[in-house]
Formats: sequence, structure tokens, C-alpha cells
Amino acid sequence: MTLAMREALLAFRRAPMLSALSVTTIAFSLFAFGLFGLVALNIREALGTLEDRVEIRAFLGDGTAIEASAIALDDIQSFPEVANATLVTPAQALERARQELGEFSDVFDAEILPASIDVRLKPGFRDPTTVRAVAERVRTYDFIEDVRFGEEWVEKLYQIRNVATIAGTVLGLTFAIVAVIIIGSTIRMAVLARAREISIMRLVGATDGFVRRPFLIEGTIKGAIGGMVALFLTWATNGIIGRLVFAADFFDVRVSIAGIFAGALIGLLGSAVSVGRHLKSV
Amino acid sequence: MIRFTRVRKVFPRTGVALDDVSFAVAKGEFVFLTGPSGAGKSTILKLIFADEMPTSGEVKIANVSSATLKHRDIARLRRKLGVVFQDFRLLEDRTVEDNIGFALEVTGAPRTVIRPKVARLLTQVGLASKAQALPAELSGGEQQRVAIARALANDPVVLLADEPTGNLDDRATRGVFQLLREINATGTAVMMATHDLELVERSDCRTIEINHGRVVLDSAEPGKVLP
Repeated sequence: MTLAMREALLAFRRAPMLSALSVTTIAFSLFAFGLFGLVALNIREALGTLEDRVEIRAFLGDGTAIEASAIALDDIQSFPEVANATLVTPAQALERARQELGEFSDVFDAEILPASIDVRLKPGFRDPTTVRAVAERVRTYDFIEDVRFGEEWVEKLYQIRNVATIAGTVLGLTFAIVAVIIIGSTIRMAVLARAREISIMRLVGATDGFVRRPFLIEGTIKGAIGGMVALFLTWATNGIIGRLVFAADFFDVRVSIAGIFAGALIGLLGSAVSVGRHLKSV
Repeated sequence: MIRFTRVRKVFPRTGVALDDVSFAVAKGEFVFLTGPSGAGKSTILKLIFADEMPTSGEVKIANVSSATLKHRDIARLRRKLGVVFQDFRLLEDRTVEDNIGFALEVTGAPRTVIRPKVARLLTQVGLASKAQALPAELSGGEQQRVAIARALANDPVVLLADEPTGNLDDRATRGVFQLLREINATGTAVMMATHDLELVERSDCRTIEINHGRVVLDSAEPGKVLP
């Protein structure tokens, strides 16, 4: 292993330009993928924020007994889809309206707005079908006069979410495949550049495993360095966007480390495939 | 040591390279393989170091038969052989010492073994003072000596030399040939492909002549000379 490691590191010294080219190619492939990931992450975050606002508002009829609404509140809160349910009195409704809408600022009569039970749903239960089903269940209480949840808005949000998910998956896969192909070709070039060395190694009795090992280490190192450079470039770009346009979210530490590992893994697999194919062909 | 039994080799593109070739080389023998270009000399050597497999017949090297040889066993077989080529096949970016040590490294030999052995081999081929030189800094004859030292690194039972003097001037040719004879004198069999008939005639070694892929003369078996 020591020899394989030494050979792998020597390869960087013997062919610095080719090594730099490999690392740069890997870095830019992963950078493109990273930028896409960043866009996908921020779209997801934005949609997540919008989804958090999905709410069912059940308006209580005039004169609904406090006890009845309290029992209904407990009942609704026990629904598996429900994150929390809150009783909003007419006074609280007016206060909220004053905060949200300027034209209510000079209204003094709290009774102008009905009391309501506001229901927020757990993540994963905010799709139109579930929202509608929960709303219908809430509607079954006698004292509920009306239930609103912005049906059209929820439908549109979910359409956008679905389109974003499909587009994200397709684009993500395309970017990943392109990155793997480019990285594989770069590593293949490095293997071909050392074809003579490989043939001499085999001539003097090196096993395929012995020939393969330095290339695998080299590919992994190149992939990891490429991953780090790509992460830095993505981080720097994110910083520039943050300063010039808007503050966007960045990958957390776990995702960042996973990105570097992904680079190393692509480097390793690219090398394994390239050397394997070369060894088979000679 | 080496036994060819009715070996036939056909290449898909170029056709028959060897046809019904049979001969045996004993331990410690020195054998010239002669014949015109394209006669099949290199193919015979390639069959010996398992770079090619026979289409039919059997090649047996140090009790390893081509019929049962598996891909994973080839590396082990090659460690029993030393191979030298006309174009030297040295690693240009490594020193003479590293080129020779490389053949030992691939076998997993420790550095404590490699260093003294490389020094001994360099002395044997007369290049002790050139250990740190790069191949490009050496003459053709010296580069071939490095290639021979590398071929000897794993104490091979047979040294195969494919036109080892083809790129050398007369003086270097004599030097390399003398070195091969010295190696042979230590008990290593040598099989040397050459079309340098003068060199062959000057020595009294066994000669196997190939033409159009067939053995047309084996000086060890004059009675079996083919037309």
C-alpha cells in the first residue's frame, strides 16, 4: 500500500499539468453540479417556507359555546396530520387583521370578525388531497360555519413543487451523469498517458491489482481535491450572490462533506473503470 | 524449461504467424532464434512470456502449461522470466536505479532487499557509476544494459531477448552479447531473437531458424532439418 501511495503521489509530480487538468475538470464538473444543487436547495427552502403557510381556517358560528370549541380543538389536535390547532377569538382575529391589513387599524369592534380554529399541518401532509380531507373532517362539526384553506393556492403550490421536483431530479441526474462522463474521460486520458508504464509494469510481473492500486488512489485524491475546489467555488459564488442579489442558503456541513466524498468516489470509480478497461484491452 | 509442442498461432488480422512449431530449451542453454523479419521470432517470445496464447498446441514454461494458465497466474510466471527488447522499454522519468528496483518492487520486495540487489545488478552490468542517471542520459548500449539488469532482478530461469542489439552499434552489440553470455554462464537460460547472422555465426550456440512461421532449422537436431 505504501508503494501504491508513493506511486500515486509521484504521478502528480511527474505529470503536473495533466494532474492539474484532471483536478480542474473534476472541480468544474462538480462546481456545475454544486451550483445546480444550490439552486435546488434554495427552491426547496422557498417552497418549504410557502408550505409552512398552508393553513386550514375553520370559522365558528355565532354563539358557539367555549366548551364545544375546546373539545373540537382537542379533537382536531389529535388528528395524525395536524401539527397544531389554535382557537382564535374575534379579538385575536381583529388584532391579527390590524397587523396584516392596514384598513382594519381604525376598527374598534372585535365582533366584526368571527372566531376560528386555525389548523396547521405537519410536513408531508400539506398536499391538496390531505388538506382537503382534513378540511372536510373539520367541517363536520355542527358549529363550524365555513372552512377555508386557499384551495387554489395549495393546488398551485403543489404543481410548482412537483414540477420543481421532477425538473430537479432530471437536471440533477443529467448533471451527475455529465460529471461522471467528463471525469471518467479525464482519468482515462491520465491512464492512456501512462500506458507505456503500465505495459512495463506488467512485463516485469506486476499483477493487475498492483497496477490498478496507484491509479485508484490517484483518482480518489484527484476527486477529493476536485470536490474541495468545487465546494469552495460554490461557496464563493453563493457569497457573491448573497452580496449582490439576495442571501441564499448554503449546504450544511454534512452535505458539504458528502460532496467532497462524492468527488472522491467519482474519482475512484472513474479510475477503476478506466484502468479496468485499459487492462482488459492490453 | 521451455517446450513448444505443435504450436500454432493465428492472428485474426494477419493470419498464421506460427504453424506446427515444436522445440525444447533446456536449463542453462543459450539459443539463438533467427529468421527474417516477420518470420515469427517475436511471436515465439510473446508466447513464452504469455503476452499471447497459442491458438492450438501447448507452450510449457517452467512446468506451467499454456493450456491451464489463468490470467491471474501470468504475473507470477513473468517473475520467473526476464525480457529485454530492442527499444529497451525503460521508464524515462526514473533513474537507472529506480528502473531496476521497479521490477523488485512489483513483487513486494522490501527496500532493504531492493537496494543491495540493485547495486549488485548495476555492478554486474557495468553501470555502478550510473545509478542516478536518467535513461536519456545514457548511450543505447548502456540503456540496454539497464534493461538487462532489470530483467535479471527477479533471478529469472530464462532471459528472453528480442533483437536486443538491433539498435546498437558494433561495439555496443559485442558488449551486450558478451553480457548475455556471462549471464548464461551463471546458469540462466537465454533465448535471443536476432537477424544478426554475423553474431550467430561467430558463436557456437544453438540456433533455431524460423521462416514463414515454421521451424526450418534447429542446430540441436540437425537430422530434423525441414526443407
